[in-house]
Amino acid sequence: MDLPFALCLVSLLIGAAALIAPVAGRSWASVALYGLCLGVSSLLLVIGLWSLVAMGGGAEAPLLWLPLGIPGQGVHFRLDGLSAFFLIVINLAASAASLFAIGSGRHEHAPHRVLPFYPVFLAGMNLVVLANDVYGFLFSWEVMSVASWFLVIAHHRQPENRRAGYVYLIMAALSTQMLLVTFGLLSGFGAHLDFDAIRATPPSLDIARLALLAVVIGTGAKAGLVPLHVWLPLAHPAAPSHVSGLMSGIMTKVAIYGLVRVTFDLLGPPEWTWGAGILLLGGTTAVTGVLYALMQHDLKRLLAYHTVENIGIIAIGLGLALAFRANGFQMGAALALTAALFHVLNHSLFKTLLFLSAGAVLTATGERDLDRLGGLIRGMPITAFCFLVGSAAISALPPLNGFVSEWLALQAILISPELPQWILKFLVPMVGAGLALSAALAAACFVKAFGAAFLGRARTAAAERAVEVERSSLAAMLILVAACVLAGVLPGLVVDALAPVTTLLVGSHLPNQITQPWLTLVATTPERSSYNGLILMVFIALSASLSAFGVHRLASRRRRRAGAWDCGYPETSPATQYTAASFAQPIRRVFASVLFSAREKIDMPAPGDSRAARLTLTIRDPVWALLYRPVAVAVTTAAEIISSALSLSIRQHLGLVYGTLILLLVVLALWQ
Amino acid sequence: MIQSLLAQGFQMMLVLAVAPLVIGIIRKVKARLSRRIGPSIFQPYRDLIRLARKDTVVAHNASWLFLVAPYIVFAAIWVAAALVPTYALGLIFSWSADIIVIVGLLALARFFLALAGLDVGTAFGGIGTSREMMISSLAEPAMLMIVFTLSLLAQSTQLSSIAHYMMTADVGLRVSCGLALLGLVMVTIAENGRVPVDNPATHLELTMVHEAMILEYSGRHLALIELAAALKLTLYLSMLTCVFLPWGIALNGAKLPVLGLGVLIYLIKITVASAVLAAFEVTVAKMRVFRVVDFLNFALMLGLLATLLLFVSRSI
Repeated sequence: MDLPFALCLVSLLIGAAALIAPVAGRSWASVALYGLCLGVSSLLLVIGLWSLVAMGGGAEAPLLWLPLGIPGQGVHFRLDGLSAFFLIVINLAASAASLFAIGSGRHEHAPHRVLPFYPVFLAGMNLVVLANDVYGFLFSWEVMSVASWFLVIAHHRQPENRRAGYVYLIMAALSTQMLLVTFGLLSGFGAHLDFDAIRATPPSLDIARLALLAVVIGTGAKAGLVPLHVWLPLAHPAAPSHVSGLMSGIMTKVAIYGLVRVTFDLLGPPEWTWGAGILLLGGTTAVTGVLYALMQHDLKRLLAYHTVENIGIIAIGLGLALAFRANGFQMGAALALTAALFHVLNHSLFKTLLFLSAGAVLTATGERDLDRLGGLIRGMPITAFCFLVGSAAISALPPLNGFVSEWLALQAILISPELPQWILKFLVPMVGAGLALSAALAAACFVKAFGAAFLGRARTAAAERAVEVERSSLAAMLILVAACVLAGVLPGLVVDALAPVTTLLVGSHLPNQITQPWLTLVATTPERSSYNGLILMVFIALSASLSAFGVHRLASRRRRRAGAWDCGYPETSPATQYTAASFAQPIRRVFASVLFSAREKIDMPAPGDSRAARLTLTIRDPVWALLYRPVAVAVTTAAEIISSALSLSIRQHLGLVYGTLILLLVVLALWQ
Repeated sequence: MIQSLLAQGFQMMLVLAVAPLVIGIIRKVKARLSRRIGPSIFQPYRDLIRLARKDTVVAHNASWLFLVAPYIVFAAIWVAAALVPTYALGLIFSWSADIIVIVGLLALARFFLALAGLDVGTAFGGIGTSREMMISSLAEPAMLMIVFTLSLLAQSTQLSSIAHYMMTADVGLRVSCGLALLGLVMVTIAENGRVPVDNPATHLELTMVHEAMILEYSGRHLALIELAAALKLTLYLSMLTCVFLPWGIALNGAKLPVLGLGVLIYLIKITVASAVLAAFEVTVAKMRVFRVVDFLNFALMLGLLATLLLFVSRSI
């Protein structure tokens, strides 16, 4: 009964969108709508959990056919382990975001541009993971894309939002086009649109290779794989904060779902080169994503670039899993896939948390620029705590959840010398180094972000006056904090829940975790490696309290407040503090001088000259400069040439038609 | 059960007790090598007691993070140090954290210390934090590459298993092992702010890294941070000795006299390691901050090369 119930709930969301549209301006509308969304997504979350548990017990995946869509074909739905897992990921974050919006929704100055699209966006994402045929998948994918596009341009009066919407629209179109190609190749000329039929007749190897290329571009453009990530740091910050959280936290995961569904489920047995390709893409994405993030001083854009980085980490796991599977190492494939899917869950939790906290900062101060914030920990201690936990989790620090998936990925890398291919033998250690580098740089980046926004002295009056946002918004963030901690200290539960998913996709799963002593996480065998977040957390808590107790018993307990020391010359102006840009300067000098051609120009006035000194920093985005600008120029030039044909006379037009006809006939003759 | 808990507890107290001594020995050896008499090797204990007795002065605008950070930093490093084998292998909680987790715990401590450096909003806190994160963003990958090398050799990421492997198996002279040793020494120097990467004795503004970051701390908070720094150095020296000089460590389930011998041998090893580190420090000069990058890139390359060699030499 879970599948029909889930579909009813999704249709409830769509109905709510239709009903709320005429009354979106009313004061009660946002509370009512977000309340409904909260209820629906919590129920969908329960359904996901229920199904996953049932499938762990060996239950069959329920199927459903509805007479919608293409006449005679209908739409198929299916709720298997993978769908159930992504249902959980989507709705956990969605319910937190809805709860956040119940409070903060009243600050929205254009509710009629946000409210009707929000439930449609949620419905679209849920339908993508439930669809079991080509039509249903692509239709829901487009619903998701279009609804999110409306949310991106909700505040369309700001020119940068319009540009974001434009870039997003192009990339979303590219993504859908490529998916259309993928499914066209997969379903073949027999036109069996049902996924079950595609599963039953896997495509030939050549077709599968082409389809893989198309699906990596199609889902990669949505998920943000470098170099297809360009829309993401523009569009995610443009939307209202709770929507940014969902776009970054779970819409990219829906794209990952598409990638996993096609490559692991529909394409048939993989070749190791597929794994190598995705691994390389993932490694590149992870390192460049975090380097991009380090150059940012807009809080939400920084978070969006971190999404790019984390998508890279997930892709590393998926690539490894494909490489293992192609070589018949099911255990390794299960480990790498578990790492990737665990990171999917983790990233959806902490990225939503970070975006919601950034939203709270935006609500309280009206600022997203890190160089105009500072000192918020005093006015907004709870938000600061939430952002701190999210930062620690995304920086892969134990005992939080980000560390667990990183640990699993590293364990998967450590068993990969068994892979026989030479290219993989060189590639995997390199990617491992990239993974380590991206984790270390992420920590640096979040020290920068947290430090600039929440610590130090307030740089503007708005930051000075900031106070906490509504209770319900704080509650939403605290729920996500709790989820991050729980997934970190009890990772065994998540890994066990993933067992039916990995069994479905690669035919194996990790050792049963719940039966391990002390709830320890074991990757392959206990002799090889184990990790226990719970014991670690208890240990840290115990030794911290022990030291606090010892210090307070034995040492002097007196504490005085005084001015800052700063080597004897404390400066009173908050402008003398380190900013986000100055914090990143050493790292920029080390890493970005080549990749981003970062250049600093110092204009120092001569002695005696009273004009201010200036430092100019130029950063070039290589992807825009080398890939997109040439394409854009080519498209514009082609369009101009074609448009000049419109002003031809009727005779010239006829000549053109005639010439084309001749050309086609010649081609046809040569072809024969 | 009680016995194994006691053994684990003893290790926690052992590293805590030894840590200031390591600093003391290094300072003494450095002083003697530069023809000074130098303070007693127990001076760091006296310094810590003196700091703990003093009033703690906190800046007006310091937040709760500034006040709790020393405890978190200290706890994380203490737990990490207690999980590295010192005198015995296979202690009861040794499996709860492997070598990757130990790297993670050190990263946790650094994260909070770095944030505390930014909390008051002074220029020195910023400069120290920013440089520390730059150094660590290279040192941590280098460390993980060395971890990869050791784990691939021993087929395990548990430090106890790695030490056991190094002690019992016929390791021989492996190129990877040598590269990893050199890399680990370089990471030890960088991560602990020793010469030539950072100078723990300086308060010269433009050269400070670690000292600039903790400039605003005083009294008991400073004592905790200093002790944590000493523990971190002890941790790295313990790791170096347990992996590359594993002889004399008591095996799992050893009797009391063997354990006692293990403690004695550990103390000797750690003394020798500190003396060697001190001797190295007096022979080199401190580098410019941006030269550190080359130093650490070299360590990273060593680790990567060692890992690559192991990946390539493993044939089916």
